Amino acid sequence: MSDTTEKPAGGMNRRDFLKAGLAAGGAAAFGGAAAAAENDPLITEVQDWNRYLGAGVQAAPYGVPSEHEPHVVRCDVEWLTASTESSVNFTPLHELDGIITPNGLCFERHHGGVADIAPADHRLMINGLVDTPLVFTMQNLMRFPRENRVYFLECAANSGMEWRGSQFNGCQYTHGMVHCVMYTGVPLKLLLEEAGVKANGKWLLAEGADAAAMTHSIPMEKALDDCLVAFKMNGEALRPEQGYPLRLWVPDWEGNMWGKWLRQLEVGDEPWQQREETSKYTDLLASGKARRFTWVMDPKSIITNPSPQMPITHGKGPLVISGLVWSGNGQIKRVYVSIDGGRNWKTARIDGPSFFKALHRFYLDIEWDGSPLLLQSRALDEHGFYQPTKNELRAERGENSIYHNNSVQTWHVKEDGTVENVEVS
Amino acid sequence: MSKFPKALIVLLSAGVALPAFAADGGKLGLGRPATQEEVSAWDIDVRPDGTGLPEGHGTVAEGEVLFTDNCAFCHGDFGEGIGRWPVLAGGQGTLTHERPEKTVGSYWPYLSTVYDYVRRAMPFGNARSMTGDEVYALTTYILYLNDIVTDEDFELSKENFTDIYLPNEANFISDSRYDEPFNTEKHQPCMTDCKAEPAKITMCARILDVTPSSVEDDGAGTVD
Ligand code: HEC
Repeated sequence: MSDTTEKPAGGMNRRDFLKAGLAAGGAAAFGGAAAAAENDPLITEVQDWNRYLGAGVQAAPYGVPSEHEPHVVRCDVEWLTASTESSVNFTPLHELDGIITPNGLCFERHHGGVADIAPADHRLMINGLVDTPLVFTMQNLMRFPRENRVYFLECAANSGMEWRGSQFNGCQYTHGMVHCVMYTGVPLKLLLEEAGVKANGKWLLAEGADAAAMTHSIPMEKALDDCLVAFKMNGEALRPEQGYPLRLWVPDWEGNMWGKWLRQLEVGDEPWQQREETSKYTDLLASGKARRFTWVMDPKSIITNPSPQMPITHGKGPLVISGLVWSGNGQIKRVYVSIDGGRNWKTARIDGPSFFKALHRFYLDIEWDGSPLLLQSRALDEHGFYQPTKNELRAERGENSIYHNNSVQTWHVKEDGTVENVEVS
Repeated sequence: MSKFPKALIVLLSAGVALPAFAADGGKLGLGRPATQEEVSAWDIDVRPDGTGLPEGHGTVAEGEVLFTDNCAFCHGDFGEGIGRWPVLAGGQGTLTHERPEKTVGSYWPYLSTVYDYVRRAMPFGNARSMTGDEVYALTTYILYLNDIVTDEDFELSKENFTDIYLPNEANFISDSRYDEPFNTEKHQPCMTDCKAEPAKITMCARILDVTPSSVEDDGAGTVD
């Protein structure tokens, strides 16, 4: 299918192109590589890139993706929000593989736009219930012992649009508020020790330097356990939209707690009940009660390929089903895939590094017979927590929780290879 | 004898300090003490018990003028929200409805959050531009828009702030996700014949059609 719809490659005329298309189509009809093929002009004719010199070094001092990949971008949904400065865009999960999200594709969520801060002008202050309130420059922070960790970050509102039913045709929109990056930074514990936390210092308020001055209360136990103050992502400086020059890193917990443009850490004896932990990021139940401080991200998985934005274009035969799985509750133990809407399950193969608190990549390699599929995946973590179905989740919480929707997603693969977001009985 | 002790002796006698190892757990002496003025410049958070409130006061009438001039073109004259800008008032009694309206009056648990948030982040695009008294007046006016204060002469101040409770405070509960059946069962998941009948499609994205680039907004949801 797509074999014949591709744009003519450079150096081919229209006749060559049609011939190539026929050759590819013919091969597919005869069941792939084994069939006798006509000559492929991409092979038999010398191509431009094979004859003329390509770009030299320094053509792109900071490298950018191939010009053939313009569709691999973050996307937003304009009508969701009143302004782009208080909005969200989504990671193109369907275009990615492995477990690391490229820096320029990590989804963005801002409440007051992207702050533009020169590192020399940035300060981090620790105050409140400490022996000595301290101010650090970026240079000071670079002199603390560092750690490197690969962690996933998921917005609590990821899949928040899907509570009432299937809505978005694409895992970028249904599940794209997640990314996984290797961070370099300083354990928060070391900074707090430097200031000396008083015995009654049980909570920490982290604040950003942006125009929303975003704040969130974090229990001291978590702050001293595995939080980090990070300045690098995937080896390079944080991207401005990810909090340059300094970001808090609160593994396994809601993404909005990972304070960007981090400038203040206040120690206190009670939570502050800030807007982002009362008006927002509280989970309204059908009863009218609302859960608060729902910090941990539950086990979750999503098939990224095939998916609505990634239909099957190669016809029947070998098919790689691929997806992502993660859990804020503990180590991922297994991930199951169903091709019949959850009636029967197979254990998928997890491949690549399996880091604690990181995304995992899974595959199920099948022989597709061309009949419709109802694809689902289901995560299981080391503590036995697994993903509920949508109906199980709604039965407990209703449809207005917005946050923490970790239910099983279904994709309907049709005979022609197109894929749709559906719900099943 | 190895060379190492010799080298050490040379270093010591020359008065050269040996590098200390940072991982020992001691303080590194990095950073500098913050001044009192620096702390008060940034430490503007307010807690439900009133901790962090500045001296000051403001009335409903003062708040109305400020709100009309600085807030209404996004939030509406009555806090009803223009277009997709947030709604600040109304919605009482809708939390169990199909489309709940979550506002300061219907949902927020604490008044301190209004003061704190308006002072740190509003007006959108010109944060930190309101004085302490102005934020008192705006907070009072938001209470008035939500019928929590009805007297137009009411004045909110540091002194009477914690006397005021928001109606929905008692409806906030702690995280009870781990009492939910699918989180307590923890059984080995079923692998074969888990459904009596073949799964049937009950709903398609097409039906609600809010797919980007295809159909305009049907008000199906928001990103919070
Ligand atoms: C330019 C439009 C605009 C103006 C003007 C504006 N706001 Fe807002 N307001 C917003 C946006 C956008 C948000 C949500 C920001 C975010 O993404 O976190 C908001 C959020 C709020 C909230 C929290 C709403 C909730 O339910 O969580 C309050 C309270 C508020 N504004 C009060 C005010 C007051 C008081 C003023 C005037 C001093 C004001 N706003 C001026 C756009 C505006």
